[in-house]
Amino acid sequence: MIALLGRLLALIAIVRRVLLGRGRGLPAPEPEADPSERRVPADARAEAIVAGLALGAAAAAVAFVVFYVVDADTRLLGLTAGLALALVAAALLVASLRVVPQVTEVEERAQLLHPDETGRAAEDARSAGEGISRRRLLTAAGGAAAAGLGAVAVVPIASLGPSVADRLAASPWRRGRLLVDEEDRPLRVDDLETGAFVTAFPQGADKRDLGSPVVVVRLDPRTIQLRPSRRSWAPLGFVAYSKICTHAGCAVSEFRYPLYQPTSKAPGLVCPCHYSTFDPASEGDVTFGPAGRPLPQLPLAVDGARQLRAAGPLSAPPGPAWWGVK
Amino acid sequence: MSRRRDPVADPVRVVDERLGAAPLLRKAFHYVFPDHWSFLLGEIALYSFVILVATGTYIALFFEPSSHESVYHGSYAPLQGHVASDAYVSTMRLSFEVPAGLLMRQTHHWAALVFIAAIVVHVMRVFFTGAFRRPRELNWVIGVTMLALAVLEGFLGYSLVDDLMSGMGLAIAYAVAISIPGVGGQVATLLWDGRFPGSDHFWPRLFIGHVFLLPAVLATLIGLHLAIIMRQHHTQFPGRGRTEGNVVGTPLWPGYALRTLGWFFAVAAVLVLLGGLVQINPIWIWGPYEPWQSTNGAQPDWFLGWLIGALRTMPPLEARFAGHTWIPNPFFGGLLFPSVCFGLLYLWPWLEQRFVTRDRRRHELLDRPRDNPLRTAIGAGFFTWVTVVFIAGAADRILVTIGFPYEGQIWFFRIADFVAPPVVALLTYAACRELQRSELHPLRAFAGRRVRRTAAGGFVAEPERGVARE
Amino acid sequence: MKALALLAATAALLALATSASPSRAQRGGDPARGRALYVAGCARCHGDDARGIPTRGPDLHGAGALAADFYLRTGRMPLAEPRDEPVRAKPAYSSAEIEDLVAYLASLGGPPVPAVRPDTTAIARGRNLFATNCAGCHQIAARGGVLTGGIAPALEQATPTQIAEAIRLGPYLMPRFSARELPPEDVDAIAAYVLSMRDPPNRGGWGIGDIGPIPEGMVAWLIGLAALIGVARLIGEPGP
Repeated sequence: MIALLGRLLALIAIVRRVLLGRGRGLPAPEPEADPSERRVPADARAEAIVAGLALGAAAAAVAFVVFYVVDADTRLLGLTAGLALALVAAALLVASLRVVPQVTEVEERAQLLHPDETGRAAEDARSAGEGISRRRLLTAAGGAAAAGLGAVAVVPIASLGPSVADRLAASPWRRGRLLVDEEDRPLRVDDLETGAFVTAFPQGADKRDLGSPVVVVRLDPRTIQLRPSRRSWAPLGFVAYSKICTHAGCAVSEFRYPLYQPTSKAPGLVCPCHYSTFDPASEGDVTFGPAGRPLPQLPLAVDGARQLRAAGPLSAPPGPAWWGVK
Repeated sequence: MSRRRDPVADPVRVVDERLGAAPLLRKAFHYVFPDHWSFLLGEIALYSFVILVATGTYIALFFEPSSHESVYHGSYAPLQGHVASDAYVSTMRLSFEVPAGLLMRQTHHWAALVFIAAIVVHVMRVFFTGAFRRPRELNWVIGVTMLALAVLEGFLGYSLVDDLMSGMGLAIAYAVAISIPGVGGQVATLLWDGRFPGSDHFWPRLFIGHVFLLPAVLATLIGLHLAIIMRQHHTQFPGRGRTEGNVVGTPLWPGYALRTLGWFFAVAAVLVLLGGLVQINPIWIWGPYEPWQSTNGAQPDWFLGWLIGALRTMPPLEARFAGHTWIPNPFFGGLLFPSVCFGLLYLWPWLEQRFVTRDRRRHELLDRPRDNPLRTAIGAGFFTWVTVVFIAGAADRILVTIGFPYEGQIWFFRIADFVAPPVVALLTYAACRELQRSELHPLRAFAGRRVRRTAAGGFVAEPERGVARE
Repeated sequence: MKALALLAATAALLALATSASPSRAQRGGDPARGRALYVAGCARCHGDDARGIPTRGPDLHGAGALAADFYLRTGRMPLAEPRDEPVRAKPAYSSAEIEDLVAYLASLGGPPVPAVRPDTTAIARGRNLFATNCAGCHQIAARGGVLTGGIAPALEQATPTQIAEAIRLGPYLMPRFSARELPPEDVDAIAAYVLSMRDPPNRGGWGIGDIGPIPEGMVAWLIGLAALIGVARLIGEPGP
């Protein structure tokens, strides 16, 4: 049996080789061979199968309705509805392949290029210009009108101009603003030990304003390195930065604080979207990742009640950069 | 003089009498569809679109496109008493309290993922068989446009729900919008009606874009796409009786009509089964979006994974001088990269005509991928490029499962992004050449040495030949 | 004869008594035995005097029973190499030995093992606290996550006590939350939420990991599209 099959395959291969040669690829088209055919399956078994599938589909659909009324569990509903659809699909596909006459037809393609008509159509189009003498004037004037309309459509965007910069750079933080947590309780310095990590907002401000959320962390004061003008911004080792990542606007919600520094990494604020990493001990400088500028820093001060307050606005516009960011 | 009722002839006569449609009907019945299985891929997309519209209409009736805040009082305990937008709360209600609501929502979302996957596979089939060649360049352009719009539509759809993950995605979209050099701030504040997270007008805007504007454009383009195919007739592979001037296959009636209808139900079945049995976008677990919250492992849906990969692997370049940020970093990964990809896709038919094949003739017969090794190699290289970036977007989860350090992964992917595409292209080119030479089926053929027994009793190996199996 | 039987019985009773004691939890360990275990297993990095060895291990004075219990019960300590990232593993010591080590460490001063009562009535508060403070590293469904420099583990195996210990201690790269920043009620609420995520409410069917779009995309391609392509190959014609 296998030998016979092998011989048959070899025969086919030989025939192909002889007829087609060591072809470069495409089998040569054989326009003379007519591939059309019509084969009637006349298969009662297949018809029975189709009928069975259709009835099965109906039963599954009934089950769906029952489940919908009795216990609308998503899984049961999906299973029964999906099953009904699958059985209908199977019925139709079996019918298309095993029940109805299997026909292969040849159809001539529509002729797409009509050389005579193309020329005449162009003539028809061109005839619209008959008798028009000031062609260039009309074209220029029409072009000017179109450009003008385009400008009318576009110019209102530009008028957002200067106010865009104000809106994008704004933040509710001001000198003296009290820092509060998500439940509007003030941040007391004695509640937060070294290694603490808190999300804070300006008291009374809209928390969803992009300039509002800041992340406050408490570091070892000896590790903090700030430029001279910012030395007072980190009382008792507390530093605060905008929580909105300067790369693409996600909340910088990962704070890396080593329990034992010598065997692990230094403190870092990390954004979980694209892993921009900022150094909280060094003005929020970027140490890894795609962010193009440091996190804006919020100057802090400790008031008489040992609460944290802002000592000024953010050092830079919050969030992702745009044209107006220096 | 009684007339016998004929259930088939009567309706046909009714239609012909009023519309003169009998000749059209005959022509339609005999309209021929080539039969290759890969020609069914576009229909997966088409039927997924139908399911999207059907399920989408249903769920839109329950959804409230508003960022107005209310207190959640539904049945999910971990959100009891929490304040969230109406968009989120109404979707929670649809998922928990409306019978079959979650089934509809999940089917809709699975349909979106499969819709775009089917388009991608279909585009690959069209590309690797050269079906975009004259006279089908216009349909190629329409198709690439539909791919881009489908990706945008999918993004808008899952962002509507205002959950934590999609909210993070909207923030990133905002960052990409404002990164447009010069005018980004204006464009973004126009779309969002202010700075992110936007004004009260933003949510209805998102909604109208997703349920009306984009579906209308997509439906129109789909109609055009199909009309052009019908006018030009589908392409076909070479074979017995097939020429550049004809189409060989199954006529519409009865074979193809039944088959395509069955195919629609098959697509619907897969989507509904997924919709009921496999959870997707469990927004109750993610919770509502707040700008000061984010979760690790946040990802866009798969069809935007290539962009998160680009954003993550991009080095921290930000062109800042003369008091302005000329090119913010998200521009490179979020806008430049996809623009280059789509630009190449759009231009390919003409790039190929000019530089690869110098062939401006009309083609109705398709190439097998091996028949144009240069096109296939370039396509494989391009696909590899995008795929490497795509995988880079999931680097953090790779780390969690395997344990490879994240920083090292990023460097690996940056290098692989330059090295892998030419390597794959070269290998593909060589494979095409080899397949051309040996005429083998790439998967099913046997290639080896045949050994013949000589009359003297020994064995001698025949010269190396491939045996092509049918 | 009788004396021998009595001796045997006493011996048996004694054996029973000593073998039964390790299975009782809260009996309190023996600091002396703990010290012996410490010297054998921990002094290499933390020093014979438990004052730490620079670049190897920190001073354990003030770490307390809380830290010892956390690290030993989760198997994170002993650590093979000082620079390794401590990860959850099978504990290297038996429960009794851990009791002893904890007692020894407690004798060096520091916070005790915290008492936790997961509060399901406050689970909504716990969810929100987790979302703001923990989800960035541990993922919103506590499936674990990544940061530059380390891995934040998945929390399915964490007991309520270990959750509280980690919150207070800030192990490895985790920040720490004092009892005034996150009072015990808040920790109880967070613990309730984390425990609920062991078996998340997957109402929509198979949860595929509860981490979102990556497995969802894989299902769309490898199950949805693959199934459809399989059917297409059945109903369409094969190759040219």
